[in-house]
Amino acid sequence: MSRIAATFSALKADQRKALIPFITAGDPAPANTVPLMHALVEGGADILELGVPFSDPMADGPTIQRASERALKHGVGLRDVLGMVAEFRKTNTQTPVVLMGYANPIEAMGWDAFCGAAAAAGVDGVLTVDYPPEESGEFAAKCAAAGLDNIYLLAPTTPAARVDAVARHARGFIYYVSLKGVTGAATIDMSEVAARLPAIHAATGLPVGVGFGIRDAETARQVAEVADAVVIGSRIVQEIEQSTPETMLANVKTFVAGVRAALDK
Amino acid sequence: MQMSDLPDAKGHFGPYGGVFVAETLMAALDELKQEYEAARHDPDFLAEFHHELRHYVGRPSPIYHAKRWSEILGGAQIYLKREDLNHTGAHKINNTIGQALLARRMGKKRVIAETGAGQHGVASATVAARYGMECVVYMGAEDIKRQSPNVFRMKLLGATVVGVESGSKTLKDALNEAMRDWVTNVESTFYILGTAAGPHPYPMLVRDFQCVIGDECKVQMAEMLGRQPDAVIACVGGGSNAIGIFHPYIPVEGVRLIGVEAGGHGIASGQHAAPLSAGTPGVLHGFRSYLMQDANGQIIETHSVSAGLDYPGVGPEHSWLKDIGRAEYVAINDDEALAAFHNLCRFEGIIPALESSHALAHAAKIAPTMDKDQILLVNLSGRGDKDINTVARLSGIEL
Repeated sequence: MSRIAATFSALKADQRKALIPFITAGDPAPANTVPLMHALVEGGADILELGVPFSDPMADGPTIQRASERALKHGVGLRDVLGMVAEFRKTNTQTPVVLMGYANPIEAMGWDAFCGAAAAAGVDGVLTVDYPPEESGEFAAKCAAAGLDNIYLLAPTTPAARVDAVARHARGFIYYVSLKGVTGAATIDMSEVAARLPAIHAATGLPVGVGFGIRDAETARQVAEVADAVVIGSRIVQEIEQSTPETMLANVKTFVAGVRAALDK
Repeated sequence: MQMSDLPDAKGHFGPYGGVFVAETLMAALDELKQEYEAARHDPDFLAEFHHELRHYVGRPSPIYHAKRWSEILGGAQIYLKREDLNHTGAHKINNTIGQALLARRMGKKRVIAETGAGQHGVASATVAARYGMECVVYMGAEDIKRQSPNVFRMKLLGATVVGVESGSKTLKDALNEAMRDWVTNVESTFYILGTAAGPHPYPMLVRDFQCVIGDECKVQMAEMLGRQPDAVIACVGGGSNAIGIFHPYIPVEGVRLIGVEAGGHGIASGQHAAPLSAGTPGVLHGFRSYLMQDANGQIIETHSVSAGLDYPGVGPEHSWLKDIGRAEYVAINDDEALAAFHNLCRFEGIIPALESSHALAHAAKIAPTMDKDQILLVNLSGRGDKDINTVARLSGIEL
């Protein structure tokens, strides 16, 4: 069983929901990333989402754009990100790591080279924002062969028939984008999310995570009532942005622990 | 399959093109694809499009024999397709009328656009005023500085111009920001994409709207000279004016198609905007094509004296035409383009856009190597009034 499936299965047995925080690899500097990953786990994260910096993050709002720019100032590329995952795996073999990013860094590295190196580094899943199922059949097959789960997005604008089609391709979990917009945009519309999730659950046996626009513990708790996992990105990146190097790890851990406590209430 | 049958149903030109966007936009692109499919077979839609081109844009645009400049160059005869004489001063209006009519057909009251040189922004603001739509134009902060007359033009036309401060603050960042707006307001908003790039169906529909250029040329050249040109030359940024004049000529044997990219300070300097000449394939802005990128797949900053060519990607059909060898792509440096700009002003009394000056410069480069009865047809895609501040500054003159 993959690390992602094992994690969800253990959580289900405990009747708990998954907490998936996001940080951008290399933000604010490469040396911060692995300690931040461990701090997220100590705070109560179940799965880590690691953003791969990209020069043109079209689906991201200003907060994650700035994180990408900070990382790119240090020249952080996809191979560096895989190095960080490998470093993290030296002391953590349990927590799944999902890479989230854009197609071009993967295209530049090459599908075969990427899949081999990602699996060797201990990556568990890949979420590529601009690889919809229609354009990623061959890549998804290579991911599967390497033991990587290809994670797909669903959105409020996804028609019902397409939900079924995307769900058939999805592995690991489904990521439901809670709002029409970029990451860190307006706040989530809970009634919309609650209305959409039953149909998504009906279309797939996979767990369903919800992200975009979740900014506090109380919202996370509400989302967890209808979803299997809660993804928090911009709010954590903001915590990093507003911390000093000395306070960063503690601040991030405290924030995640607060969300964890709300989810487990 | 005939080349003109491309793209395929999924928007691919060979390995290029496609739909590489976030899930939120997939349904909107599908809706646009279906609506365009219906529109392009609807005689009323086509009739209105051509009526607007004739009575609002002033088409057909003439072809002009640049006789004096040709004589000075001492070789092939240079003919200019005068897209600079269109309403709003460039070829961009052909596409914005087509897309605005589509927007109206789809019941969208708000349009957004990205712009580099400002020509597409002006053309979008113009049609938004013409059809009574709200218009927001995204423009890189750097471009706003170098194209201030067009910024004011857009405002006069009632558009809101939003400066983009992220990334390199040029066209690619304006495109990112327009995409972010679209993803947020996808149900109310039509995105008028300015070039034959972006996710399917944009490269196809922009090409189809711009093909009026090449379609007219084929008729006009036959009428004027009883023959077609030896080569058709056009500048390539995203590549809409080039594909508009090239595409109808793809099946015509004996006509070379030459796309001219922005060589900036020279290909060897790395400071240019010539992905077909010096880039590699990748995925950006929703499609696969040649790109300017580093070894990590990060998009690198481009340089060109002309804001309209300052783009790290290129429309997917050009990548395909390059790979199959049907079109050739070359690069012209800033200084060569500027020399052609001045020469056309002085020898023909026409102030060309800096973008189009790249195509003119390549014509001037190869004309002397050709016979006097050979013909070069250059797409003069826009007029240069918007560039006078840039040219003055480069000449050390304060206006």
